[in-house]
Amino acid sequence: MSEPKTLLDKLWASHEVLRREDGVSLLWVDRHLVHEGSHHAFAKIAARGLPVAAPNNTVAVVDHYAPTRTRDKIADPQVVRMIDTLRQNAKSHSLRIFDLDDPAQGIVHVVGPEQGLTLPGLLINCGDSHTSTHGAFGALAFGIGATEVAHVLATQTIWQKKPKAMRITVDGVLGVGVTAKDIALHWIARLGTGGAQGHSIEYAGGTIRGLTMEGRMTLCNLSIEGGARFGMIAPDEITKDYIKGRSYTPRGDQWLAAEAAWDELLTADDAVFDTEIHIDAADIEPTVTWGTSPEQALPISAKLPDPAKLDAQKSELAFKALEYMGLSKGQNLAGTPVDQVFIGSCTNGRIEDLRAAAAVLTGRRAKVPGLVSPGSQLIKAQAEQEGLDKVFTDAGLEWAASGCSMCVGMNGDLVEIKKRCASSTNRNFKGRQGRGARTHLMSPSMVAAAAVTGEITDVRTLLQDRNI
Amino acid sequence: MVGWEIYDGRAKVLPLANIDTDQLIPARFMSVPRSEGYGSYLLHDMRRDASGALRLEFPLNGASPATALIAGANFGSGSSREAAVYALVDAGYRAVFAPSFGDIFASNAINNGLLPARIEPETYEELVSWIGASFCDVQIDLQNGCASFGGKEVDFQLDETWRMKLINGWDDIDLTQQYASEISQFGKIYAQAAPWAVPLVSD
Ligand code: SF4
Repeated sequence: MSEPKTLLDKLWASHEVLRREDGVSLLWVDRHLVHEGSHHAFAKIAARGLPVAAPNNTVAVVDHYAPTRTRDKIADPQVVRMIDTLRQNAKSHSLRIFDLDDPAQGIVHVVGPEQGLTLPGLLINCGDSHTSTHGAFGALAFGIGATEVAHVLATQTIWQKKPKAMRITVDGVLGVGVTAKDIALHWIARLGTGGAQGHSIEYAGGTIRGLTMEGRMTLCNLSIEGGARFGMIAPDEITKDYIKGRSYTPRGDQWLAAEAAWDELLTADDAVFDTEIHIDAADIEPTVTWGTSPEQALPISAKLPDPAKLDAQKSELAFKALEYMGLSKGQNLAGTPVDQVFIGSCTNGRIEDLRAAAAVLTGRRAKVPGLVSPGSQLIKAQAEQEGLDKVFTDAGLEWAASGCSMCVGMNGDLVEIKKRCASSTNRNFKGRQGRGARTHLMSPSMVAAAAVTGEITDVRTLLQDRNI
Repeated sequence: MVGWEIYDGRAKVLPLANIDTDQLIPARFMSVPRSEGYGSYLLHDMRRDASGALRLEFPLNGASPATALIAGANFGSGSSREAAVYALVDAGYRAVFAPSFGDIFASNAINNGLLPARIEPETYEELVSWIGASFCDVQIDLQNGCASFGGKEVDFQLDETWRMKLINGWDDIDLTQQYASEISQFGKIYAQAAPWAVPLVSD
């Protein structure tokens, strides 16, 4: 009898072209997403005179350098060059490109699912670590470096050693104002940024099954912040409902065949994981980072740690983080004044995120400036149809076009030195949002709450009189 | 990529954990073509003050450059940006010794001939006190998985596949092209088994 299989086992087996003696597998790649940052990889295949092996499986998206304010006249020549290089590469290799003027342009990890390019059972690669997002559909999705991008372009395959399997099971009911972002920050704070290194995570349990696709994507997106290259959730009816009828979704008989295949993508009841983690949803509060690593996160009700009381390894990091962040030990996390806010990114720039933030902001004014950049232009249009843009602008926030924007600052949307930003993004690394910038990661509704009060705030206090 | 087996160089300690890819190379330098070199951007915002001048107290700003780095746990965590590796390689580094590495960083390193040598946390602590703030000669022996830091012998861990790749200077594309017929065979069977997986043209 064969071993009971995990979702990872099944996805791996269906893509394995061959396995070398040393245990490394050559895997077939179904979708390869490229962006401006892929210029090194295109240069590498050009140097060898190689074509793109499967142009139909390769999609280009302008996102990392996409201007969010004026698109017709870009001031920075470097940004122009990066975008033009991608255009030229897409053109010369006949790739579908979601360019700045495309109504469906957006962040690569938002566009893939939104277009139906991301499907259960596929292997998806992109030269970006948050490719783990697509695992929310029950796909094998992972970020790769430039040399690997060149390899996928040239061969439509990738060498990869099968990771160990970890399962994070979350059961119970999430409290009001607690989101997928909080689940992610909660487990990363508990296990540490290296906690899932070398592992593929499968998220399971009643709480996960109850999440929308947007929530599942947020959770899988952040897997990499806990050290895992992959995060995945078995597909179900919620997954199918999301996918059905999108631009690239299979149709007719193909849809039926796909559904039958996807129904098989479940971990067997008696399958064994290398590591099992259990979390009770009731233990999760709105969670906010206070330091310069995603693991330096605490429930909103907490006080900042005293580095002297932490173990030796964490102590020095905590000390340095507090110093960089301009915070003192023992102070309440809630009540920390912020200078600005940002809502967007592939982590939390989807329609549900904008709705959650708008629900807090409706009828209120922001005390600090802020930027809202939807995950895609389609989301932007939908939000405008729902009147969410008005909520943001009435509150005093800026409503902009889609791109990676202040998540990474490549397009020039930066946080200034020593400014504190409440942000719905994924990395609070030193300098991530700009040199010397101080980033606090939190959910979009928590960002909205920070905007309203001008300080880090428990969003639940602002939801009391609202029907959500 | 040129393979290597024995390497003689100079080691330096950067006694910090969690040096992530955003610190190794800030995003604003990543639009530069590789041919221009990435060495001067390595750890840019740690090495330089706001005016761009080198901070003299920073460990890597010594008179003569190191070629092997000893750093704290979780080195290279964060993004997939291979530019983080380019910055190290272009600044002359051949190896990083640390208790753990970001997964994508480590595979990027191998693809550029840079050794991500995993050492025990205790070994790391020993090296930090052994070398301190000065430089130290190092000889790295890839085949045997050990290094000598000015006479102090240290073992390191390296995935077997990665060891072979570094020693032979293998290039994955060349390697994979040997399997061209297996790949095209697989592609055909796969297209029949999962026709829905082939992207349609959008409507
Ligand atoms: S939004 Fe941020 S994390 Fe997401 S793809 Fe863009 S830069 Fe990467």
